[in-house]
Amino acid sequence: MAFESLSEKFQRIIKKVRGQSRLTEANMDEMLKEVRIALLEADVNFKVVKQFVEDVKVKAIGAEVYTKLNPSQMVVKIVHDELTSLLGSEDSELHYENNKPTIIMLVGLQGTGKTTSAGKLANLMKKKLGKKVLLAAGDVYRPAAIDQLEQIGNQIGVPVLSFRDGTSPVDIAIKAKEKAYNEHFDVLIIDTAGRLQIDEPLMKELNDISDKVSPTEVLLLVDAMSGQDAINVANTFNSQLHLSGIIMSKLDGDARGGAALSIKHLTGLPIKFAGTGEKLSDLDVFHPDRMADRILGMGDVVTLVEKVQEEIDEKEARKEAAKMMDGRFTLDDLVKQMKRIQKMGSLGGLMKLIPGMPTISEEQREKGEQEMRTMEAIVNSMTQEEREHPEILKNSRKVRIARGSGKTNADINRMLKKYEQMKEMMKQLQQYKKTGRMPPGMNFPGMGMM
Amino acid sequence: MGLFKFLKEKFSNKKDAQTETYVSGMSKSRENFASKLDELSKRYKEVNQDYFESLEEILIEADVGVSLALRIIEETIDESKSQNIKDPKQINELLVDKMFIGYATKGGNISSEIEFVKEGPTVLLVAGVNGVGKTTSIAKLAYRYIHQGKKVMLCAADTFRAGATEQLSVWADRLGCPIVVGKPESDPASVAFEGARQAKNQNIDLLIVDTAGRLQNKVNLMNELSKISRVISKEIPDAPHEAFLIIDATTGQNGVVQAKQFLDCIKLTGIVITKMDGTSKGGIILAIRDELGIPVRFIGLGEKMTDLEEFDLDKYLYGLCLGDK
Repeated sequence: MAFESLSEKFQRIIKKVRGQSRLTEANMDEMLKEVRIALLEADVNFKVVKQFVEDVKVKAIGAEVYTKLNPSQMVVKIVHDELTSLLGSEDSELHYENNKPTIIMLVGLQGTGKTTSAGKLANLMKKKLGKKVLLAAGDVYRPAAIDQLEQIGNQIGVPVLSFRDGTSPVDIAIKAKEKAYNEHFDVLIIDTAGRLQIDEPLMKELNDISDKVSPTEVLLLVDAMSGQDAINVANTFNSQLHLSGIIMSKLDGDARGGAALSIKHLTGLPIKFAGTGEKLSDLDVFHPDRMADRILGMGDVVTLVEKVQEEIDEKEARKEAAKMMDGRFTLDDLVKQMKRIQKMGSLGGLMKLIPGMPTISEEQREKGEQEMRTMEAIVNSMTQEEREHPEILKNSRKVRIARGSGKTNADINRMLKKYEQMKEMMKQLQQYKKTGRMPPGMNFPGMGMM
Repeated sequence: MGLFKFLKEKFSNKKDAQTETYVSGMSKSRENFASKLDELSKRYKEVNQDYFESLEEILIEADVGVSLALRIIEETIDESKSQNIKDPKQINELLVDKMFIGYATKGGNISSEIEFVKEGPTVLLVAGVNGVGKTTSIAKLAYRYIHQGKKVMLCAADTFRAGATEQLSVWADRLGCPIVVGKPESDPASVAFEGARQAKNQNIDLLIVDTAGRLQNKVNLMNELSKISRVISKEIPDAPHEAFLIIDATTGQNGVVQAKQFLDCIKLTGIVITKMDGTSKGGIILAIRDELGIPVRFIGLGEKMTDLEEFDLDKYLYGLCLGDK
């Protein structure tokens, strides 16, 4: 990674602060300086950073800080909470019309992902909400943009209205609206050409479209990789078009996405969706807390807070690891590991911490977490002996455990299989430690990939 | 003589056509950057800590990045102290000096134009994240070299994105140059191989291979890219001779990560920075050069076919910092 993560920097500072009973302003300044740099490295606009850091400072100096045992942890928490609340919004749902077609216009700079997002939105509305959706190909400038939308429409089974006869984007929008009304579509999504916000004729064209079709939603696409200039883009689009929200695209990359904070802070526009992959199902509702972690760096701030709070004894952890390596690995250990992982926040965030880990989809992630909860419930219904020696688990015990945990025998068997796999893996790791060779097919349980 | 003065004198008297393109293409970027420098220097009689903090902010706002911005400022402060300079205007000139020297000394002095091999087709591989303008840049590059009398062939190895092959085909049609395409969702490496084969058979001077946009953290897609590169070299040894990473001028600090990951994957020989006609300042190219030494080769300054210029540091800084002042 190009950047040291914020938590690493904080660890360093916390070490210095530790042992001091109160947070002095000087200490806090040092931490806030690191917060500032982290935010700037995440591409949050520097004006927003300035204000944000000031706000945090005011909050942190408040009396509540001094009632806590460890004031540095409070700073982290305030920063995190402040970011989350700034990013969030009650208004992040799409608005639908009751008695007429809902019209959604997608606008933005070139290459931000309008056409792809149009397809993803259409897919989401059709599949999840059962809406009858019409797409309109309003990008007549970029070569093959119409082909692109038509191919996407084909893939998801949504009709695309397009013209190749020189019909202007404004007329295309008008015709699409007529079609949507006449044929009783629930939703019309109008794709538009990418344009610079300073391109006056093209901005006027968007205005004309908006005037003629009175869209319910006008959504601006913002690339997660955007730099400092993102606010200028959002401001101009917003002042000329009265946007109703933002879609952040390409959040499956590793950009920290500070533009989200800048735009939210300066325009107040809600971030409604996040593009999280190349597949047409990869469109997510926006999660402010996850975004806050991400902007702060690597999604590990929650972990950091946990760490500070629990003051995990490193020796203890090492002892545990050694025990696991020896193959003395019980179901209790499995649960302990799972709990630790769960506490660190979403598995997705954790995966991001592991270099070289393949990215997993939201669906896989949820499945993994569900599995973890199931496993925990089962182990909680076991006796100590069963936990330490799972091999004694015969059918009668399993029936009892299943009843106690509200799970099925099959669930228990699946978990035991996983336990065996994990145990086997520990042995292999031990082998690896000896030989220096990595065993093939390494796989962690609970990651939805078994 | 300070570089700033040098630039001013070099370009203010005799502006060639290329300089004009820079000046007009970057007018929006400059409006922010240069006018801010200018305003700032007028607000202060003598520089102080606040002044340097404002300079730092101007650099950060140009996407230069925090650490590089801090370093440029530190160097400027050091130099201003040793030379006892307090006049804001001179400080600004010093700042531009530092930016120039920082870039110029970070790697070899490479000419922007594509270097053609003596025999057989020269192969240019074009890569980048999604939506940066790969296909459009390829069209502009093809246009450039067709007009230099070269036989250019395009190869559509983006078999993934809907409409990508069609988009490049439209350009090939308009430019009147041959194109090699594969079936939708076929292996892009096989399309690239076929492109290399046909380029050889048809005595092509320049084969430009388009690839699908890919985010640099997608391991499989990055492996696919290195495979494309490898497969090309099976047909034409030493190819691809050039590999350009396309970077969007609006890109923030992730640009450095992009460049690093793509560099790990293929032998990048340069960067093309696109969409410089917007309000973004593209300062990320300074950070990339600083961290990885990769030079910028071309710069996209507008929508017209002719709006792709050789990158020239003088002209970039001139366009960014001075313009017609």
